[in-house]
Amino acid sequence: MDGAGNMQSEKSKRDFLKYVLGGGLMAWVASVVYPLFAYLKPPKQAEVEVSSVKVGKLATIEKDSGTIVRFGNKPVILLRTSNGELRAFSATCTHLDCTVQYRKDLGVIWCACHNGKYDFNGKNIAGPPPRPLDEFRVVVQGEEVFISKNA
Amino acid sequence: MSSILKKTYEWIDKRVQLETLVEFMGKKYVPVHRHSIWYYFGGVSLFLFIIQVVTGILLLLYYKGSEQLAFESIQFIMSKVQFGWLIRSIHSWAANLFILSAFIHMFSVFFERSYREPREITWITGMFMLFLGMGFGFSGYLLPWNELAFFATKVGTDIAGVLPFVGKPIMVFLRGGDEVTGATLSRFFGFHVAVLPGIFTVLLSIHLVLVQRQGMSEPMGMENVPASERKTMPFFPNFLLRDLLFWLIVLNVLAILAVFFPWELGKKADAFASAPAGIRPEWYFMFMFQTLKFIPAKVLFIDGEVLGVLLFGAAGLLWMIVPFWDRKSSRGEKSRLINYVGLFVVVYIIIFTTLGYVL
Ligand code: HEM
Ligand code: FES
Repeated sequence: MDGAGNMQSEKSKRDFLKYVLGGGLMAWVASVVYPLFAYLKPPKQAEVEVSSVKVGKLATIEKDSGTIVRFGNKPVILLRTSNGELRAFSATCTHLDCTVQYRKDLGVIWCACHNGKYDFNGKNIAGPPPRPLDEFRVVVQGEEVFISKNA
Repeated sequence: MSSILKKTYEWIDKRVQLETLVEFMGKKYVPVHRHSIWYYFGGVSLFLFIIQVVTGILLLLYYKGSEQLAFESIQFIMSKVQFGWLIRSIHSWAANLFILSAFIHMFSVFFERSYREPREITWITGMFMLFLGMGFGFSGYLLPWNELAFFATKVGTDIAGVLPFVGKPIMVFLRGGDEVTGATLSRFFGFHVAVLPGIFTVLLSIHLVLVQRQGMSEPMGMENVPASERKTMPFFPNFLLRDLLFWLIVLNVLAILAVFFPWELGKKADAFASAPAGIRPEWYFMFMFQTLKFIPAKVLFIDGEVLGVLLFGAAGLLWMIVPFWDRKSSRGEKSRLINYVGLFVVVYIIIFTTLGYVL
């Protein structure tokens, strides 16, 4: 073998080593980092799939009032207007996630966090909320009041 | 007795050469001038951090970091454990004093231009510690699992979530899910007592070693004062003793606050209750929070919140890299711009914090 060929093969040997070591290092880093990140990502909890919940007897729900009702793992606000009509909306403020409440004195749905206001149709009328509250369906069967997802 | 002490000292000294350590500390001189008082706030922050570590570990002996037990365990600490109320009150008050003291320390360093070459790394580690301190406060705030903290955490993490692209994953990472739940509490607990203290300790060590090795920076223009007129004092023992005196004062203030204004616990968080009035972040987040309220919902086509978060992010970054753009101070020239920037930031923070409480 001549000198040049020798050097050539030395170089390719070195390159080979470089790739093996570099590749190995990368594979090692990936095999540490990937599981780590995957671990940090919380697993999707099986959502409590509810399509409808029973709230209670119609007679027990006062006129001109609002109550928070548990809908699966989300809060829903059930309103009863002064003329007896029932309405339900998601109680999660569309601004930054606080839970809203009914303010009898103002006649609005109110969010205490940043003074956001919604009307009886769940429409955002004042303050920072950018969107209306999602509406739910209220069904009265005999005496019982049910809330269900708006299809 | 003293001969036993002396013998012990000599025994250790023979093995680990304490002499050099004492010499190392004694070689540092602290400049004495009319702004010397500001040098104490770094030490005060250190002292308060040590208090946090000690009281935090004490709380850990009874605290339970879960949705069902967190609130109850703190009730237990406050009503059944002897002096439990005091330990918790100290931890809560010292947390606030710590942030206050760190802020004062940061501004004094800024106005003195002590961040200038060669102390860039000291400044940057300090800034990271301040951010971590705020992280300590934010995560600790949730641990009692009360109503105020529950909604403040919802709002705080939701604000992180408004950022384009990275926002949602960050929010889910912080919350341990899509909502603030017991999973969030577990995460915050882990951050608060393990992740943050670990990182903080590393940064603190770098910070302190640098301060010790590089010595204290002198005010700008000191080079022009003839050496005979420059006054200094040795760090060890002279300055250290003064430090200790200052710590004693802080300890007294802390004791008075903790005893006479015991920290409240409030009502247990309930995911199915409406947010109560008076939801607000801790005071050191107030100026940012208040700014967000003033930005309209939409500026051009950008969401107000997104704009606010991005602006504060950019401002924070600029502030953190000041040693690199303020070349003038590194050359020893006094830059007026820095005074104006610093003054603007101080006034801004004071005004917006005040507005947050009076509006
Ligand atoms: C290694 C250090 C620390 C440990 C082990 C620790 C541990 C704890 C524990 C167990 C709690 C829950 C008990 C309670 O809420 O009263 C707590 C709460 C808290 N921590 Fe820490 N902590 C440490 C450092 C810090 C630091 C440096 C700060 C500074 C900002 C801080 C701020 C808070 C706050 C604001 C609370 C809530 C207090 C309350 O409302 O009860 N902690 N910490
Ligand atoms: S979270 Fe409801 S107004 Fe901001």
